[in-house]
Amino acid sequence: MSLLLVSLVSVVGGIGAATRFVVDGSVRSRWTRVFPLATLVVNVSGSLLIGLLTGASLYHGLGPRWLVVGATGFCGGFTTFSTAMVETVRLIQAGDLRRATVNAVGSVLLCLGAAAVGVGIMAV
Amino acid sequence: MTRSPHLDPRLVAVVAVGGAVGTAARWTLTQTVGTAPSGWPTATFVENLLGSFLLGALLEALLRRGEESGRGTVVRLGAGTGVLGGFTTFSSLAIEMERLLAAGQVTLALVYGALSVVLGLLACVAGVALAARHHRWRHERLRLPDEAP
Repeated sequence: MSLLLVSLVSVVGGIGAATRFVVDGSVRSRWTRVFPLATLVVNVSGSLLIGLLTGASLYHGLGPRWLVVGATGFCGGFTTFSTAMVETVRLIQAGDLRRATVNAVGSVLLCLGAAAVGVGIMAV
Repeated sequence: MTRSPHLDPRLVAVVAVGGAVGTAARWTLTQTVGTAPSGWPTATFVENLLGSFLLGALLEALLRRGEESGRGTVVRLGAGTGVLGGFTTFSSLAIEMERLLAAGQVTLALVYGALSVVLGLLACVAGVALAARHHRWRHERLRLPDEAP
């Protein structure tokens, strides 16, 4: 593990986090309803991308370094588990158990589905 | 009228720096902890639970300070959105579940997904509760002199 690779993964992770901040803000400025859609959009699109990258590595010879930079760096920095948890806890605190459950379970299923679709596209 | 934070290049930079720190910490932990011999993705699991606890505590502590100052915004975006947002990852959870399912380890994949969410929520609640308790304790301590007879 070279210092260059660590630095590259970190910088790309920072770019991923900044992209999340911008995408999250843009969705929020259009979606004013209670359901935390912005984080879901970020997590599902990031999961699709990690699926595509993993598929590219499995079927099209994407090198392990590029996979780490793209998956661990960008996708890892872009998607967030902690924000999804905080938003679900806020819904629970507000007594909105229905939306809390839909958000928690829906996030896992949609992200899993998106990752599988990404791998599947590359396998074709 | 102030523009939205996500359109302010300085705040975007704050999130990027925090995200780079969070990603470096996550990768270091992943390299150290890795995956258990059973296939259980220990690293991502630990990162997501730890990050959820810390983000719950941080956001609750900031919320209880009242109206957000400029410095509060930088702390929330840098440490919260940046560091802890970048430290935790939903995409790794998703691809790890997908890889386990593809390898036929259905039970392990489902238990991993379910435990991540259930324990992630509990960790977050614990963080929120801890910050709330700390805030009350501090508040009462500061108020004591006024209430003395």
